[in-house]
Formats: sequence, C-alpha cells, structure tokens
Amino acid sequence: MLKTEPIDLEAIRRDFPILKREVNGKRLVYLDNAATTQKPRQVIEALVDYYSRYNSNVHRSVHRLGEEATEAYEGAREKAARFVGASPKGLVFTRGTTESTNLVRFSWGEKFVKKGDTLVTTLMEHHSNIVPWQLLAKRKEANLRFVSLTPEGTLDIASLEEVLRDSPALVAVTHCSNVLGTINDVAKVCSMARKVGAATVVDGAQAVPHFPVDFAAIGCDFYAFSGHKMLGPTGIGALVSRKELLEEIDPFHGGGEMIKEVFLDHSTWNDVPYKFEAGTVNIADAIGLGAAVDYLTHVGMDKVREHEMALLRYTLESLTGVKGFKHYGPREPENKGGVLSFNLGDVHPHDLATILDEEGIAIRSGHHCAQPLMRWLDVSATSRASFHVYNGQDDVDALKAGLEKAGRIFRL
Amino acid sequence: MSSADIYREVVLDYYRNPRNFGKLEHFDISSHDTNPLCGDEVDIQIKVGNGKTIEEIMFSGRGCAISQASASMLTELAKGKELEWVKQLSKQDILGMLGNPELGPSRIKCALLGMKALKTGVYGYLGATYDGQDGTEGSR
Repeated sequence: MLKTEPIDLEAIRRDFPILKREVNGKRLVYLDNAATTQKPRQVIEALVDYYSRYNSNVHRSVHRLGEEATEAYEGAREKAARFVGASPKGLVFTRGTTESTNLVRFSWGEKFVKKGDTLVTTLMEHHSNIVPWQLLAKRKEANLRFVSLTPEGTLDIASLEEVLRDSPALVAVTHCSNVLGTINDVAKVCSMARKVGAATVVDGAQAVPHFPVDFAAIGCDFYAFSGHKMLGPTGIGALVSRKELLEEIDPFHGGGEMIKEVFLDHSTWNDVPYKFEAGTVNIADAIGLGAAVDYLTHVGMDKVREHEMALLRYTLESLTGVKGFKHYGPREPENKGGVLSFNLGDVHPHDLATILDEEGIAIRSGHHCAQPLMRWLDVSATSRASFHVYNGQDDVDALKAGLEKAGRIFRL
Repeated sequence: MSSADIYREVVLDYYRNPRNFGKLEHFDISSHDTNPLCGDEVDIQIKVGNGKTIEEIMFSGRGCAISQASASMLTELAKGKELEWVKQLSKQDILGMLGNPELGPSRIKCALLGMKALKTGVYGYLGATYDGQDGTEGSR
C-alpha cells in the first residue's frame, strides 16, 4: 500500500545515462546496487562543472576559485549532514564506510580500548565492520565477541543481552545487512549498549541510500556511510558523530589542514571536523555526493523506500515459484532493505551470474564481503539482486526469465 | 558462444558426478589452491609411481561448475602420465578439454584453478617453482 505518490520511473531512468547502454545486445538490467549504484547526470555534471569551472584547493586559497570551491565543498558537507539528521560539524568526509570504521578504530580505539576489554560486532556484518575490530582487539589484547542471529536472519536479542553482560567497550552493528537485507533496530541496540557504557558504531552503507536515516534519533556514537552506493561518486563517504566526541578522540592521519599550529616537537589540532581531514581532500567527489543528496532529496527518501518495498514484494512473489529458488533472510519488506540473496538449486552463483550476464542482467555473486555470515548460512556463496530507484518490475521480470533459463541449462 | 555452450552436458555431468573426487590415503604430492574472487577451492593429491609417473590422482573442493568440472577432467587426463607432462600442460589444453568456452577473464581463472593446483604441486615435487607464466596467473 503506497503512502505517497509513486515515483515517475521513466523520468528517473532518463536521468541515468548508463541505462541506455546495452550488454550483449540486451537492455542493461542493473541489479547490483548494493555493490555500487549508477550515477544520474546531475551528479556527473556536478563533477564536470567543478573541474571545468572552479577547480581549486579548498580552505587555504583566497582567490575567487578557491572561495567557490570551498563554498561548494562545505555546502556538500551541510547537505550530507542534514540528509542523515546530523550537524555539519559532526560530519567527517572519508573515502567511504571502510575508512570511517577504520577512523574509529584508530582515533577512538587507540585512546579508549584497554587490555582485556570486550568489543562486540555481529554475525551479519560486512568485513568492513569486522576486520577493523579484529585488528584493534589484537593490538590491544581485547576480546572480540559476535552477536548471533535468529533463523530468520535477524539479530538475536538474547545473544546481544548475553554479550552486553561483559560490559563491552564497543558495540558495532550494521543498520541494514548487505546480504540478508535485514534492517536492524539500531536505536534499540544502541540504547541497550549505552546502558552498559559501550560506545556504538553503526554501518549505514546499505541504509542511507535506501531509506530515511536520522543519526540523532538512532543515538549512536559513530555512523558510517558511502557515497557511491547512494548515486554519488566513488572515493567519498562520511563518518558522522557528535562534535564533542570528535573533539575528544585523537586525529587519524597527520598532515596539512588537520593542524592549527605545528612546532618542532608538537602540533595542535584544527577544529572538528577538519582535524580528521588531513591533506587535500576529495573536493570533486564531495561536491558530487552533495549533488546525489540533492537528487535523492528531490525524489524523496520516503518514495525511494516505498518504491523498493513494492519491488521487493513483487520480486519475492514472482521468484518464489521458480524451480530451485531459495531465498535467505527476512521476507517481509517492512524489515528488509532492497537486497535479496538467494540460490538456485545447485547452480553455483558464479555460473548463474555468467548466464544472467548473457541476458544483460548484472547481479552480484560470491561471499559479498561477509564470510562469517556465509558460514552461518552454511553456503559458500549466494547470488544477490539489489535495487535502487531506477529499477522496475520489468527488471524483475527479466531476472525471473534469466533464472528460468539458468534452470533449463542446468536441467534443474 | 552462449552460456548453453559453456555449460555443456558433459561439463554439468562432471560438476554433479565428479570423477576422481576424494582423498588418497597415501600420497606424495598434495596441493591446495583457491580463487579468492569467488571462493572456489581445489585440493589435488597424487601418488607418484617410480618417482616419475602420476600413479593415482584425486581432487576435492567446492565451487562453480567450471572450476570443479575442469579439475575433475584434468585428473582423468593426468592419470598415468609422467610428471614431466604436467610442465607441457597449457591454458589452451584446459580450455580445449572444456570445449573451448568463451570465458571472461574472471571466469578463466575458475577454469584454470585445477591446473594451477596441479602444477604447483608437481613443480614443487620436482624441486622447481611454478611461476604461473603460462596463463594461469596474470590479468584477470
């Protein structure tokens, strides 16, 4: 049931130049959005505009181009912060979610984690929300514990309660699983973690692109996301936190721009968030991310979410009858982002991806950078179809026909 | 070439009913290789006869149809051959064995995984190092 007017799919598709492309003589059916999304011309034009009209370094150059570039870069920070309910002073531009979690590992972890502490993450995390904590635990001789999952692929709250009895220093959790699509009640997890004094990190890489996110309402300490999964360029993302916490933790990279004063034996740090943005920043892509935020705001994140939920419902109904189709994760679109993992009989996901590619259909196949989750599911790999705002029922119909073809080739 | 040609009946048969699948109780060569891109795994074990022939060979592993069928077919081809024969084995031999499918660079790695494991093991036994200079390594 749609709460809002549906999106104008044809108008949206016209904004994405790549969708005119053919693959193997077929219309491109791009269903690998959890890996990276396509870019609307508005984002591409913002990049071209920056490089062709006002390319300049930011913050230090007082000439006209420098002023324009700084204004656009800081404007992008304001847009991105507002988009996720945060303050611009609390938004650090990074290369993406992975750099954001690693920033927390170094700047917060080096300062606050002690020998014998417990760090907590979950079995449904992307490697970018596991490996930094493994490295931190190893360096600090801390323990890393994992929250297990229910058979439906949601967080097991009893298991969370159990690990919280250790009074962990940190709880790291994904807002939305990149494999199962599970949307976690991160506000509840963070509230439980806060009660035992744990710092909280939320991986929002699959959340911010797909539904409205409110950092303040979640109540976490750190929130990470990537630009390229939300119609923006690669190489740009953000770590969102509270200004006071960013002031308290140590710098990440040392170099230009992140300092206030440098002496031979010590330095003082720039104000936040600049303290964490050493060297020449990724100006163009930050501006591109700002354009992506404008685009998504113009469409409306509520509408993006409604559209993807309707598509998920259609997909699950449509594919359930396909011979050999096995789906992983929650089935109710209300608890699920636009991500669908599945297998088809004994067809290995890579073989399936090869067959679908022939039909111009791009899906992801493999372990999705979530090997602990693959082991929990007891599979070596899955196939994954993931949506964004330019996908429609015709894409799902093409996927269904592709799966049926694979079933015929493999004689399922 | 279409995917129907890549996944010919014979390839699917080797995928579902792999020949020489399992472990040897006694072996002289053991080699393991993986394709981190897709998680394909192949283990090859060989019992050497008279210090120079592949008397027995078994493989185990898991992964896509191309990697598993290719490894299985390769064990059949290799059985009874001299160890030196492995050195002559080329990418073209493997692709020929699979019916010369048209594979993209990432899928070619799947096809060649068994050969890579075999070569690594045999070269090591012969006191040589397999440098991957015959198409099993390099661009993907």
